[in-house]
Formats: sequence, C-alpha cells, structure tokens
Amino acid sequence: MPDLMLEIINKYNYWLYIILMMIGLYAMIAKNNLIKKLVGMNIFQTAIILFFISMGYKENATIPIIMGGHGDTAHKTIEASQYINPLPHVLMLTAIVVTVATLGVALALIIKIYQRYETLEEDELRMRVKQK
Amino acid sequence: MTEHYPAFIILFPLLAAFINSGFTWLDKRLCCPVTVLGLGGSLYFGLEVLFQVLKSGPIVYHLAGWPPPMGIELRIDNLSALVLLIIPVIALINIMASRKSIHDELTFKRGPFYTIYLLFAAGLLGVVATADLFNLYVLLEITSLASYALLAMGNPDRAPLASLNYVFLGVIGASFYLLGVGYLYIMTGSLNMADVHSILPGISGSSAVMVAFVFCLVGIWIKMGLFPLHTWLPNVYTYAPTSSSRLIAPLMTKVMVYVMIRLMFSVFGLDYIFEQLTLQKWVVILSSAAIIAGAVMALAQKDLMKMAAYIIVCEIGYMVGGIWLGNTQGMAGAVLHIVNDAIMTFALFLVLGNIIYVRKKTELNSLDGIFTSMPWTMAGLVLAGASIIGIPPTCGFFSKWYLLLGGIEAGASLFVFSLILSSLISAILVFRIVEAGFFPSGDNHAQDHDAKEAVLNEAPVSMLIPLGLTSAGIIAIGLWSGYIVQYIILPFIQQGVS
Amino acid sequence: MDPIVSFRPLLAVLVSILVIPILISSGKRPNAREAWTFVAGFIKFGLIVSMLPAVLQGQEYLFTLSTPFPNVPVQLRVDALGMLFALVASFLWIFTTLYSIGYMRGLKEHGQTRFFVFFALALSSTIGVAFSANLFTLYLFYELLSLATYPLVTHHQDKKSKISGRRYLTFILGTSVGLVLPAMLICYHYAGTLDFTAAGIMAGQAPTPVLIALFFVFIFGFAKAGIMPFHSWLPAAMVAPTPVSALLHAVAVVKVGVFSIVRITTGIFGVDLLSDLHIGPALATIASITIITGSLIALSQDELKRRLAFSTISQLSYIVLGVALLSPHGMLGGIIHIAMHAFGKITLFFCAGAIMVASGKKYISQMSGLGRIMPVTFFAFFIGSLSVIGLPPTGGFFSKWNLLLGAVESDQLVFMVVLLGSSFLNAIYFLPIVFRGFFKPSPEGGEDTAIKEAPLCCVIPLVFTAGISIILFFYPDIFLNLTNLALGR
Repeated sequence: MPDLMLEIINKYNYWLYIILMMIGLYAMIAKNNLIKKLVGMNIFQTAIILFFISMGYKENATIPIIMGGHGDTAHKTIEASQYINPLPHVLMLTAIVVTVATLGVALALIIKIYQRYETLEEDELRMRVKQK
Repeated sequence: MTEHYPAFIILFPLLAAFINSGFTWLDKRLCCPVTVLGLGGSLYFGLEVLFQVLKSGPIVYHLAGWPPPMGIELRIDNLSALVLLIIPVIALINIMASRKSIHDELTFKRGPFYTIYLLFAAGLLGVVATADLFNLYVLLEITSLASYALLAMGNPDRAPLASLNYVFLGVIGASFYLLGVGYLYIMTGSLNMADVHSILPGISGSSAVMVAFVFCLVGIWIKMGLFPLHTWLPNVYTYAPTSSSRLIAPLMTKVMVYVMIRLMFSVFGLDYIFEQLTLQKWVVILSSAAIIAGAVMALAQKDLMKMAAYIIVCEIGYMVGGIWLGNTQGMAGAVLHIVNDAIMTFALFLVLGNIIYVRKKTELNSLDGIFTSMPWTMAGLVLAGASIIGIPPTCGFFSKWYLLLGGIEAGASLFVFSLILSSLISAILVFRIVEAGFFPSGDNHAQDHDAKEAVLNEAPVSMLIPLGLTSAGIIAIGLWSGYIVQYIILPFIQQGVS
Repeated sequence: MDPIVSFRPLLAVLVSILVIPILISSGKRPNAREAWTFVAGFIKFGLIVSMLPAVLQGQEYLFTLSTPFPNVPVQLRVDALGMLFALVASFLWIFTTLYSIGYMRGLKEHGQTRFFVFFALALSSTIGVAFSANLFTLYLFYELLSLATYPLVTHHQDKKSKISGRRYLTFILGTSVGLVLPAMLICYHYAGTLDFTAAGIMAGQAPTPVLIALFFVFIFGFAKAGIMPFHSWLPAAMVAPTPVSALLHAVAVVKVGVFSIVRITTGIFGVDLLSDLHIGPALATIASITIITGSLIALSQDELKRRLAFSTISQLSYIVLGVALLSPHGMLGGIIHIAMHAFGKITLFFCAGAIMVASGKKYISQMSGLGRIMPVTFFAFFIGSLSVIGLPPTGGFFSKWNLLLGAVESDQLVFMVVLLGSSFLNAIYFLPIVFRGFFKPSPEGGEDTAIKEAPLCCVIPLVFTAGISIILFFYPDIFLNLTNLALGR
C-alpha cells in the first residue's frame, strides 16, 4: 500500500493533467452554456500543455538558458542534465498559439450565434433551431 | 532548385494566401486569379515530385537545411505523392465550379474566402508532406481552423452552430493526437517519424507506446469521422455553403485516412500493430459496423446533402477496414479508395451544388422532372452513383474489388458482407433519387409532358465543365487503376510490409 | 492456332456507343436519327460477319483494352460461341430498329431519342458480353446492360413503370452485385485468373463444397437467365414498349443471362469438373422446374405479352437444361436454341406489338376474329408458335430434337418427359390464340372497320423473322457449325 501511495505521489504531474483534462471534457459535454463549453475546451487543451511541460522537468536542473553564452565562455561544455529540456516548452509555445487561434474562431462563431438567436444556452438554441 | 520542390508545393498556396489577404483590401477581383496561380503552382510541383519519386524513390527534404531529429523534415514517397496530387486538382476544379456561386452568395466575403481556401489547401498539403509528428499537429490545426471558418459561412441559421460543434469535437481529436505524440516523445525522445520508427522496436513492449498509439488513433478517427465518432459530419457538410463543402468533404476525411496509414506504416510499423497489439479484429468489426451504419443512416435521410454525408461515413469504413485487414490486397484497396472516394465524393457534391444553384433545395421530393430540365447534371449523378454502388468501369468498382479480395483472403466475412450490403443499399439510394427525378410525382402519364416544351433549366456551363472533367476522371481512373496500383501503391505497401 | 489480334471486336462493340452523340444531336430530325441507327446497325452486323469466316475455320479474334488487375484484363475474344450470339443479336437489331420506327411512330410515343440512344447502348453491352474473354469483362458489360435497359423498361414514366422498374433493378442488380460479384472474387481468389478456357479454370483449385456452392451462386446470380425464383422481373418488364420486350427481353437481355451461364459452365468450371461433381442432374432439375412452372403460369395469363414473358422464362431454361445434360446432343441443342428461340420469340413479340399498334388490344380474350383482319400478323404468329413449340418445318424443331436426343444419350429419360410435356403445354397456350384469331367471331358481332393490318414498318420485320425461322429448319448450317466449333468438335 505505501508503495502504491508513493507511486501516485511521485507521478503527481500526470494525475494533475488527467484531472484537469477530465474537468475540461466534462465541461464541454455537460454544461449548457456555450461559453462554459468553450472554457472547458480551453481547460482541456491547457491540461495537455501542462502534460508536455511537465515531461521536460529534471531533478536539480535549472532553466535552459545558458549564462554568458557569447564571448569566451561560448566554448564551455554544456552538461545537458543540468538544464531542463527546452524542446517541450518550444512545442507548447506553438500549441498555445493554436489554442488561442481556436479560441478566437470559436468566439467568432459564438458571436454569430448570439446575433442570430439572442441566447447562448444550448437547450434553448436547440428549440429555436427546430422552429426555423 | 529541384530539391526545393517539396517545400514549394506547400509554400505556393501559403504565399498566395498572404497575397490574397492583401488584395482583400486593394482589389477583390484579383483574389481568384491569385488563388488559381497558387494552387496551379502546387499542382505543377506535385506532378514533378511524383515523377521524381517514381523514378528514384522517396524524396527527403530538410526545412532550412537543419537535419533531423532537431529540424523538421518533409518526406515524399509514393503514397504522399499520390495524395499530394489529389488536393490541388480537386481544389482547382472546385474553384472553377464555385466562381459563380462565390460571386453571387459571398460577394463581400470573397477575399477572405479565397484566403482561407488557400490556407486550407496549404495546411492539407503540409499534413501530407511532413515527416515530423508535431509539425503534423500544427498543420492539422491550421487545416482545421481554416475548415471551421469555411464551413461557418453558410446558412446563417444553422451553419455557425454546426461549425461550433465541429470545433469542439475537432479540438478533442487533435488534442488526443497531441497527447499520443507526447507519450511517444517521452518514450523515444524524438519527434521525427523515421527516428521514432527506428527506436520503437527496442521498446515495443511498453504500455506507454500502446497508449500513445491508441490516443493517436482515436484522435485521427475523430477527425476522419469514423463511426461512432462521426456525429459532427452530417450537420457540418449539410449547412455549409456548397463551395466549401465541395472542397472539404472529399479531402479532409481522406487525408486523415492518409495520416492513419502514415502512422501505421512509417511510425509504429506494421509488425508492431498486427503482431503485438490485438486490436486488428476489433477494428475490422468496427469498420464493418461503420459501413453498415453509414449506409443505413443514409437510407433514412430525406435530404440529398445529408444522404451524401452519410455515404462519406460509409466510405470511411471501407478505408479503415481495408487497412486493418492486414493483407496487401486490402491495403491496396484502401489506398486506391482514397483517390477514388475523393473523386466520386467530389463529383457527387458537384451535382448537389448544381441542383442547389438552380433549384435552391435538395430534398428528395423536390426533384420532379429534373431529368428533363438538368440532363447533364443528372448524367453526372448517375455516373457518380454508379461509382458509389461499384459498377465497372467506374473507379469505385476497382477499389471495391481489392477490398473484397482482401476481405476474402483474410477470412473477414463480416467485412465482406458489409461491403456487399452497402453496395446494395447504395443502389437503393441512387435509384431512389433517379426515380424521384425520372417519374412524375403525380399519376399523370408522362406523355402529357410532350404538351409543354421540355424546359431546359440546366446549371451554367462553368458548373458543368468541372462535372464533366470529374466524370471523365471517374472512368479514366477506373480503367487505368491497374497502373496506379502497380506502379504507385504496391511498391509503397511492399516497403511497409518488408 | 494463334488468335488474331485486331480492332474489329472493339469496333463491333463500340459502333453503337459512338453513334450516340449523333443520335442526340439529330433528335429533332427523326428520319435522320433513325437513318443513323440503321447505319450503326449495318456497320455492326457487317463487322461481325466479317469475322465469321475466320471463326468458322476455328480461329479467334483477340483484343485487350487494359489490365486493371493482375491476370484479369478487359479483353474481347471472338470465338464460335460468342459469334453465334453476336450474329443473332446484331442481325435482329436491324429488324427491331425498323419495327421500332413503325411502333413508336404508330403510337406517337414520347422520348424517342432517348429510346434509340439507350437501345444502342444496350446493344453495345450485349455484343460486349458476347465477345468477353473472361468473367470480369463479362461482368462489366452485364452491369452496363442492366443500367442501359432501365430507361427502356421504364420508358412510359408512369406509376406502373416505376414499380416495374424497381422490381427489374432489385432482381437484376441485387443478384449481380450481391451474388455474382462475391462469387467472381472467390473464383479469382482460388484460381488466380478469370479467363474462359476450354477446360475451365476451377478444377482442383478449391474444396468440393466450395465449388458446388459457387456454381449454384452463379446460376442464381445471373438473374437475367430467368431461373426461378429470380424470374419475376421478366413479366414486370413487359410494361416496356414492345420493341424493348421483343429485342431485349426475348433476345438480348435474357440471352445474355443464359449465355453467361453457358460460359460459366463451359469456360470457368468445365464440363468434366461438373460431371465429376455430379452437378448436372441438380442443375437440370432446377431448369426443369422453371420450364414446367413457366409454362403452367403462361397458361393462366390473358395479357398476351405476359403469356409470352412466361413462355420466355420457360424456354430459357431449355438452354440451361441442354447444357446441364452434359451430353453432346444435349449441349448442342441447348446452345443452338439460343438462336432458334431468338427468331421464333421475336416474331411472337413483333406480332403482339403489331396487334397493339393496329387495334390497341392487349388481352387475348379481346382478340377474337382479329386474324381475319390482320392475316399476315396472325400467320406469322402461327409460324413463331410452331418454332417455340418445336414443330417442323421451323428451326425450333431442330434444337428440341437435339435436346431430346441429349436426354436419351445421358440416360436421363425424366428430362425427356419434361421436354415433351412442356412442348405439349406450349401448344396449349399458343395455338388457341391463332385459332381464336382466325376462327372465332369478332367481339362486337360486326367487323370493326377501323382496325386494319399493322403499319408496314411493323409487318415487314415480323414476316422476315418468321420466314427465317422456317429457313433455319432447312439450312441450320451456320449455327450448327458455330455450335460444333464452340463445343470443340
């Protein structure tokens, strides 16, 4: 039992992202208001970003910026294990841009829907669409 | 210069998109020619690349000269070259067919429409050409965002809502894919497809790799519309403007099938998938269910566009099942079907677009007398319908042949049965439309029609020529499918199998 | 001998497709349009006849269009069996065109251009089936024929046509896609090829139960052969204008069905394999059931065309029975019946249509005394009936005689009883029509002077085909030689 607890505590970053993902998914599916669904979608995507970033972490490592990278220290050998992995961070910058763009498109669509139907509640929308 | 051609295929439409966004303010009339130039350039380079690949094998291109696994790599082999060709061809023919309706319906949004159109094409081309897993995600999202916008421009009552639904599901799909890529990165430390492929056999027993595969697979399945993850498909394609759905419906789902094939062949490897995982039987059963479900749901529809959308769902089942059969015939059939289905779906949507342009609606009971008033369009419908049913010499028959043969070889009797059943149901669907158009809905004898002049109310020539080209393509590709399979598809499959 | 590689088979198939654009463009000038149909018919017949001498000497013509699948090309081969069928079909097309002119103009039918266009397409498909070198090419043209004949069957575009058209498609497309396609693929899977060869390709390639199952799937899959229970499309298709019923449903479509069965029997499975598997008697029994049942149902039909339809269903199974007997005379009789029945039946249908044009009557009970007003038509009907019943001096006697000999040869006397019984039934349902026409008093008591003999364009063809039925009794040589060559003697 203690081993299992230790396992869970050690992998806390994975549990965190899974919980966040589930919250986001739940919001997307179960909530009635379109904006809440949108927020859920954002939480969902953010959970995955968190996952990626957490995978780059190394114990006792520092942020991946080489101090004094130019000049006479430029040719010093770099110990990779002293710096956390920068690649996931870079990838996630791109992913954040994608998330923001998707958010923008979704918000534009929601504005159009609101202009047409004056409501953002999904059940009301469904009723009004049927009436058309 | 020739070594840069792979990059040019993607760059031309991308640059054209940027130029177009400028012309949106300066002079709207230039947007269409720029679009044609961008796609035409893409087509030209695509052809060049195809010949090169056929002559000397796969082309590898490092963007900005940086070597993998750090740099992004483009890799064009037989399969990519084939799919790379379909995209600009369909996009160009669609522009020809849609010019009038874009001009009439979306007059003020012309500029943005062409811009997003080009972005969609560029993204799709990138998805096909890339050999980097994360780059695939980015380009996939570019394509999806462009498609969300294109599809929302239609019927203002229902299109934005349908598109929003598509946004949510599409994000789930892409995020699952990204999650899978994340697990792969943890296990292999690389994002380059070939690199991952060489590292994976050493760690193939790990459950993380299996989870990665499942996440990637499910994500792609959501994006391609495999039953039961297809719920976004019918609404989105029905309420979108025809110029958009004509572009997206034939291409998006097929390119997602391509992505699945790419993942299976070049990343995870066929040995791993078919020998180590026990998914094969279940996926084939799922595909059979998709085929039957798509066909039956199409039968229940009263509107032609919805019918066409469910036929797409059915066809996706063909392709997924064909690949997962695991034998050469089935896989050849699935790959050939990517090409064939793109063309026949495009032809079908061209016909529907013509009907909407002339008659403004596509319900089954509004097709009275359509054979006399729109004979050329209906000829196109009969040809596309024959291809969907699978009647030689149309192209649909030939891919069906390989799929059936693969199913017989693999002993997958449910799959074979579902293929035959869907052909029969497609026959019912097509002839129901023919009956609605050919026979008058009242009880009057057709000889009364002689009394009034046969009114020819056909779509304009600019919409008939693309239909003619596509119909000729259906037959031509059918008759010469032997060459396509022999020279392009089979070598690719043999490479993957060995 | 090596086959001659030549364009002529392809041209023979394509002539009628190539004339379609001309037909469409001359739609407003009916005489030009009909003239072009004749031109196409004559060219087609001429091309086929030009290949006849070499085929009679035992040679074959070959043409390959493309090879979509490994070992399965789209290939045309003109051999004796195909030549027999093609000769009959193309020759009769010329007469049917003449007849159609009289019929369609006499009834002032609509959509005549569409009629002639799809007729031409159907003929192309028929000749394509006749000249197919392998099962795949045959399947290709078979499906094309199904699609080409749909607009012809549903020509009248009324409610009845819609229902009949639906039934037509359900039976024909349903069986070809649902039964023939998987069976063809399973054959290919086992044998690796689909060519029609002299001894068949399936011997020893698959376990026996599979072979037997496959064979019967093919037999029922080719529903155009009208084998029960997949026969209902034939009477339903009688809503079509009579030229369609005459050429297509007495000669082209149905003969395509039995022709395909003959090809499957001789070219895919092979006579030896079938006799080893003892399938002969089973197939003969199935055919006999159709023969007798068809004739019995024909007795109960009052509408002339429906009676002829059920007679056709019955007669088609003669051909299947002949082949199923697996004996020399039996197969000879069966195959030559393709030609003999064609001439006889088309005469009967021409007469039915002529009666329709001249008097508007469809039902036999209305036709009392009509023979005295239309003597030529009714006499031709008499000749046609003799041919179908199988009495001298008509060609039908020749095929029936050989069928009887074949039953005796193979020691299956029960089928002799079937053949004789069915001839007797044929006589019962054909001869009274002639009798009624000539000897019964007219329905209203007086002669209806508005009714005259049918238009010349209708009468000339039926006189010719009736005459040919008689000539074939005295000079069956062409067909006899072709059949013998086809059977390898």
